Amino acid sequence: MRELLEFLSLSNANVRYVVLGVMLLGASTAVVGTFTFLRKKSLVGDAVAHSVLPGICLAFIFSQVRHPLVLLSGAFISGWLSILSIDFITKQSRIKADAAIAIVLTVFFGVGIMLLSYIQSTGNAAQSGIDHFLFGQAAALVGNDVIMLAIVCAVLVVVVWLLFKEFSILSFDADYAQSLGLPVRSIEFVLSTLTVIAIAVGIQAVGVVLMAAMLITPAAAARYWTNRLSVMLLLAAMFGALSGFFGSYISYSAPKMPTGPWVIIAVTFIAFISMTFAPERGFFFKWLSKKRKVNTTMDENILKIFFHLGEKEGDALTSRKIAQLQARRYFEESKMQASLKRLCRDGKVEEDEHGWKLTKVGVIESKRIAKLHRLWEMYMSKFLKIPADHVHEGAESLEHFFTPELEEMLEQELDFPETDPHDKPIPYTKTSVS
Amino acid sequence: MIVQVENPVLEVHDLTVSYDKNPVLWNVDFSIPKGKLVGIIGPNGAGKSTMLKSVMGLVDKQSGYVKVFNKDLDEVREQISYVPQRESVDWDFPASVLDVVLMGRYGRRGLFKRITKEDKAIAMASLEKVNMQDYAKRQIAQLSGGQQQRVFIARSLAQQANLYLMDEPFAGVDASAESSILNLLQEMRAEEKTIMVVHHDLQSAYEYFDWVILLNMRLVASGPKEEVFTPELLQETYGGKLTLLDSLSNFIRQKEFPIKG
Repeated sequence: MRELLEFLSLSNANVRYVVLGVMLLGASTAVVGTFTFLRKKSLVGDAVAHSVLPGICLAFIFSQVRHPLVLLSGAFISGWLSILSIDFITKQSRIKADAAIAIVLTVFFGVGIMLLSYIQSTGNAAQSGIDHFLFGQAAALVGNDVIMLAIVCAVLVVVVWLLFKEFSILSFDADYAQSLGLPVRSIEFVLSTLTVIAIAVGIQAVGVVLMAAMLITPAAAARYWTNRLSVMLLLAAMFGALSGFFGSYISYSAPKMPTGPWVIIAVTFIAFISMTFAPERGFFFKWLSKKRKVNTTMDENILKIFFHLGEKEGDALTSRKIAQLQARRYFEESKMQASLKRLCRDGKVEEDEHGWKLTKVGVIESKRIAKLHRLWEMYMSKFLKIPADHVHEGAESLEHFFTPELEEMLEQELDFPETDPHDKPIPYTKTSVS
Repeated sequence: MIVQVENPVLEVHDLTVSYDKNPVLWNVDFSIPKGKLVGIIGPNGAGKSTMLKSVMGLVDKQSGYVKVFNKDLDEVREQISYVPQRESVDWDFPASVLDVVLMGRYGRRGLFKRITKEDKAIAMASLEKVNMQDYAKRQIAQLSGGQQQRVFIARSLAQQANLYLMDEPFAGVDASAESSILNLLQEMRAEEKTIMVVHHDLQSAYEYFDWVILLNMRLVASGPKEEVFTPELLQETYGGKLTLLDSLSNFIRQKEFPIKG
């Protein structure tokens, strides 16, 4: 607990550096990664992340220093080489993109691991930092690293801000962008370069193996909450920063633990929450609206029973027992009870000593359902040429999906017929109620 | 039957294009007069879309050249607008209808510059022309096929061009959307715009267009519809594939020989 408080207060200068650095990094890679995600290039991002390893190792072998700028340059070069290799293989051979990505990723990473073992075998004292690049070690960041990190991240964000409209049109419709005369190749080049830089700076904290998740997962999570690209970028940045914060805390409190996996767990947790609870797109929301649909369908069916009984006896407002309703169309008693209670709450039915009866509102609603059913039957027999004795089932399922606009279209298309294919009258509410 | 015109809006000269080393257009040579609705007609795989793309410089030409208003494409970019096939993009992209239409202004605005109020006014006016103004704030994923197509056309209108190249604007839209798009194209023609449309339906082609290009890997005919719509030329366009040419390009593709340099 004391440890957590000390961490949160950021009183320790080094902690402050690390936390700030990793949060910045999480935010800026997520911003750049949003475009990688939208361009469906996630796997290329993964390949680049793995492919920076040989560059880092070579830079270290030749310079024998662990200066961040030197390592970053190495990472940048081998990252770009991997993109070029994937492009080359896809364009010049019959190997498809997915296979090209797999080949390039493994070759580069394999060479990287070879070089890493070589560095370890030479027992160079400064090498201790190098193997952190595999899974990341945020706590190993020092003041110098963080300053460079901050500058690079700021550059990334500013470039994205400046080229926001170019990046978005490139991601949505590259052919059209080119037809406008925009320099699509150059924009693409800048975007790929930003991606490689984001990866190259990120690996210190997250590691090459897991870096792709920092690029892609915040964007994937953010997509659930919004339909606007600008909001999506902000959310992705926030999610990235939040996971960075969590990861650096772990790295601080358990120094033996690599940071990468913990950052990934944090960001994946955010993605999981988004997939589950986001409005409209989330599982929970979908489940809820499905359940609601099942309920309204049931309620509309009950209203229709009232209508049919009323139509037969010529009185829409008679009270009826549940057994009477079941005799017309059977549903389980518990389901009917629940549905009647919902309808009662909505003011469509009311209970009296003889059972349940429709209210004025309920009568209108019940007529509407019956009307839709019969109009839809009419439509199917008239336009789809389905025989009259086969139209009921279709109408039964589709009558519950009508919006007011569709309802109007249906009425106009059929020109307000008087009867359905079974010669039953169609109860128009506007004329019959008022 | 190829009718060449004086002062053409678009001149395609001896154009040959191949995709993945597979030639899809051979020595296409035609010119288009101003203020016409032009239909590009031909069977599947005839190279109709490829031709539009190569006019726009989206695919490399193997030989030949294209002149727009008697100039190179890059000199007159602002006067020519391209509408890609509706299925060529992912409609689940996080953007509103207005966002997409505003893209039509990006070319004029230039790099780094922000969209202005004037751009927004033009985009809204374009949406009104396709009768989609009430959908400006709508997320594009929620649109029907016909609405998506109209958004693409509005985006193109926002470019305020004089020559429009549209790839299958009538594909996958319902009858009412089809007639409203056709009305719009006719209004544009009344304003002296030239519109070239890739079209797959021979039935409606005669009714829709003034000028018709018949294409099947090579140019079969180009001219006023009355002269082009003859049984012989249609038979030439649709009657059987050019089997020898087809097997030859297959062979070339397998061997990966470059054709024509």
